[in-house]
Amino acid sequence: MLHRTTLANGLRVLLVPDPATPVVGVAVHVDVGFRSEPEGRTGFAHLFEHLMFQGSESLEKLAHFRHVQGSGGVFNGSTHQDYTDYFEVLPAAALERALFLEADRLRAPKLTEENLRNQVDVVKEEIRLNVLNRPYGGFPWILLPPVLYDTFPNAHNGYGDFSELEQASLDDAAAFFDTYYAPSNAQVTVAGFLDVDETLRLVEKHFGDIPARPTPVRPSFAEPVPGAERRRSVPDAHAPLPALAMGFRLPDPATDLDGYLAHMLLASVLGEGEAARLQRRLVHADGLVTDISAAAGLMGSLDARDPDTFTVTAVHPGAVDPDRVITAVDEELDKLAAQGPGADELSRQVARWSAGAHQENDRVMYRMLGLGARELLYGRAEITDELPGRLAAVTPAAVSAAAASLRGAGRGVLLVEPGKGENA
Amino acid sequence: MTTATHRSAEEIGRTPAGPRPLPELGVTREVPLPDVADTTLPNGLRVLVARRASVPMVELRLRVPFADPAPGSGHPAIAELLSETLLTGTATRDRVGIDDELATVGADLGASVDPERLLVHGSGLAEGLPVILSVLADLLTGATHPDHEVARERERLVERIAVARAQPRTIAREALQRVRFGDHPITAEMPTAEAVTAVTAEQVRATHAASLVPRGSTLTLVGDVDPAAATAAVERALGGWTSPATALELAAPPYPAPGDLVLVHRPGSVQSQLRLSGPAVPRDDPAYAALQLANLVFGGYFSSRWMENVREDKGYTYGAHSGPEFIPGGAVLGVDTDVASDVTAAALLETRYELGRLSAVPPTAAEIEAARSYAVGSLLISLDNQGGLASTIAGLSAVGLGLDWVREHPARLHAVTVDEVAAAALRFFAPSGFTGVVVGDADVIGPGVRALGGIAG
Repeated sequence: MLHRTTLANGLRVLLVPDPATPVVGVAVHVDVGFRSEPEGRTGFAHLFEHLMFQGSESLEKLAHFRHVQGSGGVFNGSTHQDYTDYFEVLPAAALERALFLEADRLRAPKLTEENLRNQVDVVKEEIRLNVLNRPYGGFPWILLPPVLYDTFPNAHNGYGDFSELEQASLDDAAAFFDTYYAPSNAQVTVAGFLDVDETLRLVEKHFGDIPARPTPVRPSFAEPVPGAERRRSVPDAHAPLPALAMGFRLPDPATDLDGYLAHMLLASVLGEGEAARLQRRLVHADGLVTDISAAAGLMGSLDARDPDTFTVTAVHPGAVDPDRVITAVDEELDKLAAQGPGADELSRQVARWSAGAHQENDRVMYRMLGLGARELLYGRAEITDELPGRLAAVTPAAVSAAAASLRGAGRGVLLVEPGKGENA
Repeated sequence: MTTATHRSAEEIGRTPAGPRPLPELGVTREVPLPDVADTTLPNGLRVLVARRASVPMVELRLRVPFADPAPGSGHPAIAELLSETLLTGTATRDRVGIDDELATVGADLGASVDPERLLVHGSGLAEGLPVILSVLADLLTGATHPDHEVARERERLVERIAVARAQPRTIAREALQRVRFGDHPITAEMPTAEAVTAVTAEQVRATHAASLVPRGSTLTLVGDVDPAAATAAVERALGGWTSPATALELAAPPYPAPGDLVLVHRPGSVQSQLRLSGPAVPRDDPAYAALQLANLVFGGYFSSRWMENVREDKGYTYGAHSGPEFIPGGAVLGVDTDVASDVTAAALLETRYELGRLSAVPPTAAEIEAARSYAVGSLLISLDNQGGLASTIAGLSAVGLGLDWVREHPARLHAVTVDEVAAAALRFFAPSGFTGVVVGDADVIGPGVRALGGIAG
């Protein structure tokens, strides 16, 4: 089902054939995310992702987009805490072309001053669109980390500060590429309609002659779990209602996967569906919040290495004191810590996770990206396919322990206050 | 900034071997689309079922035409609350009981409503289809819209509407709908807080009884199911859902007339929303394939003239997109981008320039070939999962089309000539044919955009 190899230059390769689809996907995951960008260059990993679409030795500016779409395909890229992905999904006829396009920019991207300035402007528009010009922009993924974390890698804004984006230089880009985009720091995932041997041959043909470079040493981003609650308020000129986010630390999925999975199910028991604990208590019984949700992982579950964040987020009427919301969440966590969820309650959440896993597997793009990210982060793409079974094995006692661990540790609390100050 | 010694940008972009040739395309495997079992039950409900066994799931879409039967009587707000409380109680299940029963088979159902239709959508494990259908039947025939649930959802809806109306895209959308369609009911996409507050549980229950009816509605199922058995299961479960009434289709709105762009003031805005619109044609029109290709070349995908200009050359925007939006009786064209305040006039100028250029300097054969490949390929990709296929079947059936339209569409796209695309460009993209809105901080953008002309307000 999963086929792996590593090229002589260190590039890891994961092939996932699916004989039933007419579609194929190619993804390159690079082992660098916004946690690795240097101080003074916030937003650089994401800016660099944009630059990788701007042409390479064999491809003029705009050619990458035109070749993917002109072959009937779709493309994108995204920057996460610990990795950056680049991908396209196309009719199977375009497999070799997609490998060529990815290899060309991993080998020799064309980094120019003109394209850098252009993409700084584009990224600033992306940030205006998603953060500055709208209510609850960056809530909670940009706003919560600086409350919970102390070190620059974990606390800073991964979208970047405008003045730092503007200071980014071509030499910064060259250094970032040479350091982090070494073939041995990247992985190619091909999923969909493919012949394994032929695809291995094509991967070798296109990526094999990228010269090896040193693999960057991956630093630990570990920092102590806070011992107490930290709290911060931020104004939001566009927001009509207050919002709050509670951020807790998650177990390390690399060393305590079952503990992490218990937190995933805790998030579901708290927030997923009309029967979830926080929905019943805070939305309906007490009428404290408009909407509330819980999630394991700041940018998705099993999407980052340690440390990562368990979040509870809510939007609530201005007449409700945020401490009433926080107290009610704490009480629900205390109940779960004391008694745990019911066995049926838990198995219903596992059934929904399993159904969600089937839906992810039904789309070549999602299956490819999920397998690729878990292979890169944890060295085990298999986690994706084992997930339903492993979640089913999580006991109510384990979920109870997860709730207790959240209550027993410090946390960050972010309060978004509407209609105050300058949002931009 | 990270290594003591690294290559320069110029060195990185060059290899001894030099540039390499683009590989040719290979062969794409043909995967036929499934047959769709098409049955109309005695109660008038149309049932469409297709087998796609890629994963052991089933996707469900129930579309009930839900037009306002008496404009001015509060229907949009009532419909919103009906949708919000549809899954909150029946004679035998409460809100939690409904959700618990669905979750047991990994299922999720949700309801949403707009001026055209009420949609119940969801998915679940295929083996759980009888459970899903039994819950659905209970909702359709036995939802009680309990007083306390209506009261709570009324409060929440008012809060959610406040949040939605703070979003620039909502402000722009509401302004555009008014400019395009005046006071036609198609514009009633989001009720006012006052209208929501005035709704009673009795009104919600009465609208459910009168308007949420099987005749004229369509249930689509796609997944790892046997079409005949699934159709029989639907008939058993939903046979008792009956009404003498027929679900009400929304009347076609008038096509938007060309006119000045209306400047809408949003104080403190750091970006502006450009929303231009003009007439288009629907999928069964002989000119649709040519329109689709002309649109792709203009702004319908990343590799379009407009996107390459305003994003990749000028850096005015993160995204610019154009495309048809289907409305009762036809379609309209939308031309949308969000740009920084200080480049709003410049972006509007480039947008009008590209519109004019598409009609005056029509798409080349190469541009059309790329658009054609993308249209065919992206259609293939969009149908390669149960959810995409279910939504496509449901969307086509709403306008009287079936999967044959999809099967035949690649051939239609291949048959379009360069001249036909040029004719479509002239017909649909001439800047004189558009109306629309510009939303932004008028104190900042007003002088610049007014100077270009064609701006009202």
